[in-house]
Amino acid sequence: MALLPVLLLPLLGAVALMFVDRTAVKGIKMTALIFSILTFIASLAAFLGFDHGSGDFQYLVDWTWITSLDAGFRIGADGMAILLVMLTTVIMPVAILTSFSSIKKSEKLYYVMLMLLQFGMTGVFLALDTFLFYVFWEVILIPMYFIIGIWGGQNRIYASIKFFLYTMFGSLLMLIAIIWLGFHGDPSGGGFTANLLTLRDVGPSIPMETQQWLFLAFALSFAIKVPLFPLHTWLPDAHVQAPTAGSVILAGVLLKLGTYGLIRFNLELFPQASYYFADAMCVLAVIGVIYGALVAMVQTDIKKLVAYSSVSHMGFIVLGIFSMTTAGLQGAIIQMVNHGLSTGMLFLCVGALYERRHTREIEDYGGVMARMPRFGVIFGIAMLASVGLPGLNGFVGEFLTLLGAYNAPALDGNVWYTVFAASGVILAAVYLLKMYNGVMFGPINNTKNESLTDMTRSEAWQLVPLAALCFWIGLFPNTFLDYSKASTEQLVEKVESFLPGGSGYAMEAAESTTAGTSDDH
Amino acid sequence: MTSELLSLAPLLLFWFFSISSSVFDALIKESRRFTFGYSLVGLAMVVIAALCVPIFGHSGTAFNDMIRVGGTTVYFDVLFALGGILTIVTARPYLQKMNYELDEFYTLVMYAIGGMLLMAHSNHMVVVFIGIEIMSICFYVLAGYIRTSSLSVEAALKYFLLGAFASGFLVYGMALIYGATGSMEYGPVAAVVSQGSEFPTLLLVGIGLIVVGLSFKVAAFPFHSWVPDVYQGAPSVVTGFMSTAGKAAAFAAFLPLMMILMPGPDMERVQTLLAVIAAASMLYGNISALRQNNVKRMLAYSSIAHAGYIMIGIVTGTDFGESAMMFYLAAYLFMQLGAFVIIGILENREGGFVSLDDYAGLAKHQPTLAALMAVFLFSLTGIPPLAGFFAKYYLFYAAVEAGFTWLTIVGVASSIISVYFYLGLVVQMYFREPAEGFVAPQVKTGMAGITLLVTTVAVFLLGLYPAMVQSVTDALAMLR
Repeated sequence: MALLPVLLLPLLGAVALMFVDRTAVKGIKMTALIFSILTFIASLAAFLGFDHGSGDFQYLVDWTWITSLDAGFRIGADGMAILLVMLTTVIMPVAILTSFSSIKKSEKLYYVMLMLLQFGMTGVFLALDTFLFYVFWEVILIPMYFIIGIWGGQNRIYASIKFFLYTMFGSLLMLIAIIWLGFHGDPSGGGFTANLLTLRDVGPSIPMETQQWLFLAFALSFAIKVPLFPLHTWLPDAHVQAPTAGSVILAGVLLKLGTYGLIRFNLELFPQASYYFADAMCVLAVIGVIYGALVAMVQTDIKKLVAYSSVSHMGFIVLGIFSMTTAGLQGAIIQMVNHGLSTGMLFLCVGALYERRHTREIEDYGGVMARMPRFGVIFGIAMLASVGLPGLNGFVGEFLTLLGAYNAPALDGNVWYTVFAASGVILAAVYLLKMYNGVMFGPINNTKNESLTDMTRSEAWQLVPLAALCFWIGLFPNTFLDYSKASTEQLVEKVESFLPGGSGYAMEAAESTTAGTSDDH
Repeated sequence: MTSELLSLAPLLLFWFFSISSSVFDALIKESRRFTFGYSLVGLAMVVIAALCVPIFGHSGTAFNDMIRVGGTTVYFDVLFALGGILTIVTARPYLQKMNYELDEFYTLVMYAIGGMLLMAHSNHMVVVFIGIEIMSICFYVLAGYIRTSSLSVEAALKYFLLGAFASGFLVYGMALIYGATGSMEYGPVAAVVSQGSEFPTLLLVGIGLIVVGLSFKVAAFPFHSWVPDVYQGAPSVVTGFMSTAGKAAAFAAFLPLMMILMPGPDMERVQTLLAVIAAASMLYGNISALRQNNVKRMLAYSSIAHAGYIMIGIVTGTDFGESAMMFYLAAYLFMQLGAFVIIGILENREGGFVSLDDYAGLAKHQPTLAALMAVFLFSLTGIPPLAGFFAKYYLFYAAVEAGFTWLTIVGVASSIISVYFYLGLVVQMYFREPAEGFVAPQVKTGMAGITLLVTTVAVFLLGLYPAMVQSVTDALAMLR
């Protein structure tokens, strides 16, 4: 039950905002901030009360909803989900704070949308029911669409529609898969369920060919969200056009929904199909790592550069997931958190610069360090965290995913994945340092940069806590890794048992021959 | 006999009210104020009577097996009556604005609903035909109600000519089925069909002609050519009514007919025919809607697509398909009617303010209407947690269950296409600014606000708590 307030407080906030007069801008801002902080406190309570030792779902809630389809209001969190929920509740107050100065029209609608967005995102991480999961998955779409479309930049309409169409395309295929999967809920055939806890158990006994189709449908939907190469083209548009808070949430949390889905559905429900497609997924992931980095290298727009760096960094996560090792998976989880923090910070920094100078071109800056020294330090931390400097959070995640991929039996022990992906780390150092260098150092060529003011108190409130978390994860990663340890180990154990040589492998083969004929919906 | 009359109470009551209403039209001068209230009372009585049927009446057939009473008919009685109430409440301010509140409008709506009730209650093909004709003739008149508008008159004429043609197909089909089976009553026809008819070709052609005739009435591809012009030309309230309750009625007649005509040796062939019509409707409707600049036309094309979705329910031929279809019809009634109510409110006296460009920046000067319109559009797109989503989910579920996964994939693909134009309107309302020199129209919501409230609540309720309707349909299904 501890999770209910985490989920419902944002919704309550949205409802409360509707009763605030729309000219009372200050009241609107404060209401939104207070609700996001309350949510954070609620999630902290759930986080601290979480039992590390268990890999099972905790704080379960199971309410009946639509009995004829066996869909229920089922929520709960395991170690992976709780970390991502924490990430969401940390990012949201920051995103709201950064909107105070940058959003100047239709404030009421804006904060209602932010609250609904948080509601949807938390719901996706917590849902233990395919139907509920889909509802939350789609609920996210509308607020994000409005945030980009109303408060975005020049090209916002194009970007928002592109975002919507891409996501909708993926999610409708997922809808078919969810229905199709539901019919397999009862191994004897005939039953239908949306209960993820049941489906988790029966998933591996689904015949291989069906599994492959289901895997593809789910993977396509999630890969668009991640975004995995070559489905990433909506991301740079959406990022560049979105307001700062939109970008922070998009990079910080929204992309993680995709990778989380890959773990929760693809890996967990279809282990054999995951094994079958592991190579393909990892190849795409590695291409994404290198391609994203190379494209980022030639960007002149800082925001676009950060957006492409996301494509690159998300590749590591997918690689970690489909290495199907504990190290890889642990790395993927912690890297989701890391990327949320460090890229969120980078977008906040870009936003801070943009608000002062209304440009995002690297060449318009230069020598900013002299005018904004404190900002420069924080920006530097964000940049180095993103690069993966040891001692900061990015290093832990990237190291673990690469380690996991290096030893991965699912990838036939092929070392080249690690080798190529590791080059992405080097490339990241190149483009991020080059960007930082171009913006912060050198002489002040542009007179407009003379009058830049250093970090404001509000900006410090947004950035310093995130920076502190970056150090925390970098220096004491076990605080967080412990949370997901039991869950990931349990998952990897389960997955391995269904792979060639595993204990469940033979059993599954026998089952699929008997179930194969009757299960063919 | 008493219980027979009791279970027919909704029908009898209703016809009493409609016929007496036309008498009052003739007797009282300026009768519109009276008939407005009178028809609302009549419709409310029908709802009450229909809801009492499960308690007092019994299910089965009546009048020499011509009329059927059961769970589904109660459901449709309520649905049509609700659609009628919402339409009449909205029509008053709309017609007053248009200066066309003539005496007989409400009576015509009543008669149309009477036809719908017959269609849903029919247990004999002749009753289907009579019901369709009553409803259609009222629609022809209603479509041309604004008789000084050339678009409206054109709509009426086009609808009438093509509609009469389609009715011809329908009657011809019925005649052939009579020839093949020796009966027009559902029970005997079903018995002959399921055993393999004596004259299979005759039967098959008959089924084909019936499918053509009814596909016209539900506005499915390729019998849709009247839809865009009629929906555009007809007064907005009438379009809302025709495209929701009218469509529901046509499906209420379509489904039982197909349920008796399909399960023969040619089941697969008929199913394939219907599946192809459904798939083509979904794709054609949504693709054509992409290019429309008139909001009414756009929703007209999208209604072709929705006819395709709903037809999936018939294709499956299962109980799930049937209840999914019934749910979809209810969801569609509320969301489409709601959208047309808003169009009607915004429309000006000359019939303008219906193009996409007019809606630019609507959220600025009409925030509430824009927000509600967005809700209806998102529901039509099928986004949770709104009614349209669950309706689609349920239909796709039924299709997958019946083994029509390919149809589901077509449905999903066409849904993705539909996202573009539904969102296009949202983009206009929220993301664009009004054109220069734009003068915000004077908008009076009046009683239409009630309709908007009801439809919005329904759209959310059906989406968030679909089990409510389902438990009703399940309970009613027991009646059969």
